[in-house]
Amino acid sequence: MAVMTYRDALNEALREEMERDPDVFLMGEEVAEYDGAYKVSKGLLDDFGEQRVVDSPISELGFTGLGVGAAMAGLRPVIEFMTFNFAFLAIDQVINSAAKMHYMSDGQFRMPIVFRGPTGAALQLSAQHSQACETYYSHAPGCKVVTPGTPADAKGLLKAAIRDDDPVAFMEGELLYNFKGEVPEDDDFVIPLGVADLKREGGDVSIITHGKMINLALQAAQKLEKDGIEADVLDLRTIRPLDMDAILETVQKTNRAVYLEEGWPYAGTGAQIVSMIQEEAFDHLDAPLLRVTQADIPMPYAKNLEALAKPSVQHVVEAVNKVLYR
Amino acid sequence: MAETKTKAPSTSKGKKSGAKKADPLETHGISEELALDLMRDMLLYRRFEEKAEEAYAIGKIGGFCHLHIGQEAAAAGSIKPLRADDYVTSAYREHTQAIAKGISPKAVMAELYGRADGASGGKGGSMHLFSAECRFMGGHGIVGGQVPLATGIAWKIRYRGEDALSLVFMGDAAVNQGAFHESLNMAAIWKLPVIYVVENNAYGMGTAFSRVSTTEMVEKSSAHGIPGHSVDGQDVLETYAFFRDLAEEVRNGAGPQYVDLRTYRFRGHSMSDPVSGTYRSTDEVENAKHEQDPIALLRDTLMMAGALDESTLEEMDEEAREAATEAVDFAEASPQPGPDALYRNVWAEINEHGRLFFDGRPEAPGPGGGA
Repeated sequence: MAVMTYRDALNEALREEMERDPDVFLMGEEVAEYDGAYKVSKGLLDDFGEQRVVDSPISELGFTGLGVGAAMAGLRPVIEFMTFNFAFLAIDQVINSAAKMHYMSDGQFRMPIVFRGPTGAALQLSAQHSQACETYYSHAPGCKVVTPGTPADAKGLLKAAIRDDDPVAFMEGELLYNFKGEVPEDDDFVIPLGVADLKREGGDVSIITHGKMINLALQAAQKLEKDGIEADVLDLRTIRPLDMDAILETVQKTNRAVYLEEGWPYAGTGAQIVSMIQEEAFDHLDAPLLRVTQADIPMPYAKNLEALAKPSVQHVVEAVNKVLYR
Repeated sequence: MAETKTKAPSTSKGKKSGAKKADPLETHGISEELALDLMRDMLLYRRFEEKAEEAYAIGKIGGFCHLHIGQEAAAAGSIKPLRADDYVTSAYREHTQAIAKGISPKAVMAELYGRADGASGGKGGSMHLFSAECRFMGGHGIVGGQVPLATGIAWKIRYRGEDALSLVFMGDAAVNQGAFHESLNMAAIWKLPVIYVVENNAYGMGTAFSRVSTTEMVEKSSAHGIPGHSVDGQDVLETYAFFRDLAEEVRNGAGPQYVDLRTYRFRGHSMSDPVSGTYRSTDEVENAKHEQDPIALLRDTLMMAGALDESTLEEMDEEAREAATEAVDFAEASPQPGPDALYRNVWAEINEHGRLFFDGRPEAPGPGGGA
């Protein structure tokens, strides 16, 4: 095991997959000469050249569609969005082209493409730069959605996403890039899509989450531990494919669950998950399922208001206490 | 029902202005044999689309259906000079382009019928014809959405060092989309082997181009430093010669090109739209049909050159009608896609773990299954 940042783990994954397969190339704004807006692609230009590490103009729709066409024709593009906030400009190409091409052509064209970049709020970036975007992509059949919360997951899942023959929205966390953790040194370390990870084992209650919220969930679990409550913390890691077996397992063990997500509540990932839990594990539930999300508002700028809008450890603790009827 | 009479009308404007007009075949370097092939192609497209029109009228074809009648020379003249390994991408008025690139009329008609033997297995329909084998890359339904795709296909050609090219059709309305300009800009930066072709039939659905642009169509690429060409898309010989030469230039590294291919549609925007409608006069359409019918224009040229007589034309037309009828018969006989096709090919890869379908239906493939 090596200790490295989430950023370096992503960089290693890109480097290893580009070495492994000459059809893999990286394109996006500032990915080459600038080393990436968040330095994820640092050094790749020097190692792979401008043919494979490509600075694009600020044309999200255009270069996303270019990637989709290149994937149709047999390459394996990694398209970087400086942030997923900018990817709204490109969502036509992701949903209407990438996610549907295999089906519309009845399997004649594969779509091995990764769309990656940070999602969710950082600090005081206000409304247009602070939003969790995963549900826009998980909504569409044909698109896979991956949300790593740790450096090891970032590396193993990015490698899996690049090797996958379907379009993958790979959603990182801006605040995670400096986050350090242990990462296996094996250059064939791949985490299969669709496998959740029980990041903490408890037994009294299940906190289920994805992406960077895993860290908030673990903090909440620590706090709860002081009150004598042991929480399972389940990290979905991939939202589509979804490890429903792992969700059912923890819920059937604890009989109580809280879904934590960074995004808005309406039609959010949590809404989907709680709907499925009540359909498939109703008899195991001892309390209503609750969700903790961002406040249902555009993100405000003011520091105090932003803190109030974001999901917090306190929100999670309160929700857990509620499902435990404490 | 056919509006192209197979007799040469004495009123035809034709090309008979001067006594000593140069032979268009010679001018364009096109052999009589090739010209006759182009005639056969255009007749097939015309008769095919007329059959589609009939089938739509009696409910055999559903959904949106955009016919290419009047624009046959644009399809034959631009696609026929290409090589088998060149890629063609298009929008949703693409039946005849798909045929031109090599998909059989039978597979195209079966797709319009939504049948298992259709080009896209009945999953795509009129707007989503595909053939990986023929390198016909769709069939796309969002105006301008196919333009970045073709740019990416050209990227792949350059990336792999191939000498094929990527040609993409769009309607005239697409040039006002961001996707168009973003694509041209990138193609120029990276000098991609791509030909952007506007099939300029003067109307984006019911909106005349002059109402949505203050500059001329041929100028639309100039801001990106991409050469713009204007071609009479009703003249199949001119169109063929132009694309033959342009394709060669692109293969030799000329970089991206942009073509205003002027044409006219003799039908409504789609089958749910009247032929003339509120946005253009009946006279305008009738005049175009009389004076700009690409089939009649080629007929006149060939007859004047002594390369075609009426009985031969009749025979060729009969062959085209037969091929169109065979396509219909094939589509009629082809089965509907089986229920097992419903969930097939949503994903190329059904991951070993995790759930991909969320409708709760028992027939949805689970981990390790389906696909």
